[in-house]
Amino acid sequence: MTVVRISDDALAQACGAEDVVAAFEQAGCTIERVSSWGMHWLEPLVEIAGIGFGPATTHDVAAILAGTSDKCIGVIADYPFIARQQRLTFARAGRTRPLSLEDYAATGGWLGLGRARALAPEMLIAEVTRSGLRGRGGAGFPAGIKWQTVAQAPGPQKYVVCNADEGDSGTFADRMLMEGDPFQLIEGMAIAAHATGASRGYIYVRSEYPAAIAKLTAAVILAAPFIAPLEIEIRVGAGAYVCGEETSMLNSIEGKRGEVRAKPPLPALEGLFGQPTVVNNVLTFAAIPHILIEGGAALYDSHGMARSKGTMPIQLAGNIKHGGLYETAFGITLSELIHEIGGGTASGLPVKAVQVGGPLGAYLPPDQFEIPFDYEAYTVADALIGHGGIVVFDDSADMGRMARFAMQFCAAESCGKCTPCRIGSVRGVELIDRIRSGASAAPDEVAALPQMHNASKQASSRAEDLQLLEDLCETMKFGSLCALGGFTPYPVLSALRHWPEDFK
Amino acid sequence: MSRDETFAAIVAAHAQRAGPLLPILHDVQAAFGCVDAAAERTIAHELNLSRAEVHGVVSFYHDFTAEADPRPVVQLCRAEACQARGVEALVGAAEAAAGTRVKLKTIYCLGLCSAGPAARVGDRVFARLDEAALVRLVQSA
Repeated sequence: MTVVRISDDALAQACGAEDVVAAFEQAGCTIERVSSWGMHWLEPLVEIAGIGFGPATTHDVAAILAGTSDKCIGVIADYPFIARQQRLTFARAGRTRPLSLEDYAATGGWLGLGRARALAPEMLIAEVTRSGLRGRGGAGFPAGIKWQTVAQAPGPQKYVVCNADEGDSGTFADRMLMEGDPFQLIEGMAIAAHATGASRGYIYVRSEYPAAIAKLTAAVILAAPFIAPLEIEIRVGAGAYVCGEETSMLNSIEGKRGEVRAKPPLPALEGLFGQPTVVNNVLTFAAIPHILIEGGAALYDSHGMARSKGTMPIQLAGNIKHGGLYETAFGITLSELIHEIGGGTASGLPVKAVQVGGPLGAYLPPDQFEIPFDYEAYTVADALIGHGGIVVFDDSADMGRMARFAMQFCAAESCGKCTPCRIGSVRGVELIDRIRSGASAAPDEVAALPQMHNASKQASSRAEDLQLLEDLCETMKFGSLCALGGFTPYPVLSALRHWPEDFK
Repeated sequence: MSRDETFAAIVAAHAQRAGPLLPILHDVQAAFGCVDAAAERTIAHELNLSRAEVHGVVSFYHDFTAEADPRPVVQLCRAEACQARGVEALVGAAEAAAGTRVKLKTIYCLGLCSAGPAARVGDRVFARLDEAALVRLVQSA
């Protein structure tokens, strides 16, 4: 009987995989539901004996089985988009059944944990530090140093918390990993728990990811005997973007409003329920198991450039022809990613802008596409890598509108604790509207009061409003408690700097 | 099951957890379609919190609502990646199709950013939507 492998990833399902599965079942085939290879333009991707066909619809089933389908892409593993990658974290993508313990063990699963348990915690942490792994959530903080802080902190109960509140538009690597390879994440958490002395773990997943929640819930039960004494609980978010900020997430797990906490104290010392807590992103934990296998740390360190070591699962999204997951060593340029690998825009129009790092990332124009993918190089360019999401816009995009959207998004999602973010974002929307409409602000009754010495008595000019926007962004950048208010100026100012014509 | 029994069952299911409020609110929202003032009082009493504390949490999160809305919900992603793929041009038609019968809710990101515009109905997700497909989705909701 023909074995047909089709992904059960949410994206494949959203593109019609269930109908294709039903059609193959009706044709008498055996179906295996595997993880996604990450070639999203080809989903639903059908695999028969290593050969791929996609994007498949129910109408293609007969031709695929007869061997006459024009949607054949050849051997999937040799397909250029896959063959060019350096997959470490996503080594199993497309190859295994997500909830099969058998597949997991057959592909090197639990080896890292086994070796970690034979090591003393300080040796284990030294290996993680040596690998050069930096937090993949966005801040890029060295994982080993964070773990060491938790390990050395006194506390009767320590926690490991996985931040799976992947709210950034243009990112989906966490989702794919949770749905496609949940045991790897759990194994990484178990290693962190062993290193730091934690006995309870939480995975905080956003409610917008129902498929990931279901997979993780099942995986945690299946993995329980392998990770004991660590116990992991899945917590579901409730639609607040700001809960992706670590302290806000800890409050949310505790059952409070997802308001940001001031730092210090660091979560590593006083985190969940006031106890020492390791908080890492999904991709950080998932990178751990293969770092801990024999020689893994040195291998990881051998990838990448400067202080950005290892591989980054880059997510190609937005208006791009070949969107999907592309894991590669740091150092690759945007122009390679967008033009060579991504095939340009989906619409066929020229690329106008790229937003790297989610809603809080800068918009980069094509003349900056040569900077290497590296934490420090992006900082120099006033941009950020964030979670590695790349959203491409074609030349129909209105960057003034995108700048306004950044402020609007910040206003909608602000936790409200600090003033620059809560009020600055609302004023930002008003100000961008005023600049774009060409109107000027006439002094109101309050501005006319004699005690308002510094208020302008004349209507504001466009130049004054632009200066005001820059000042507002400055205030938000340096006065906000967390990255939401602090980084919203990046998309706003980069749009203003590179596309001033879109603000007229 | 009566209202009180449902509440008791939900609270009992999460009572042994540390920080049980969010899981309880999720279940109450699912069971009753909202977390209203009466529900806040009951939960506050059960968890030995003030009603203000519970209300503060309920009103903070987008997923919890104070009033039940019996209409079917279509969640449409309007974040940057879906905007780059043209979702804004579909909103008018979707709103027209929704009318007052269907609640069209804006959300930010379903993680289908390479295949937008994307939408969610219940626990099902839909991608590569064009105007016709989105209108069909709204009509069938």
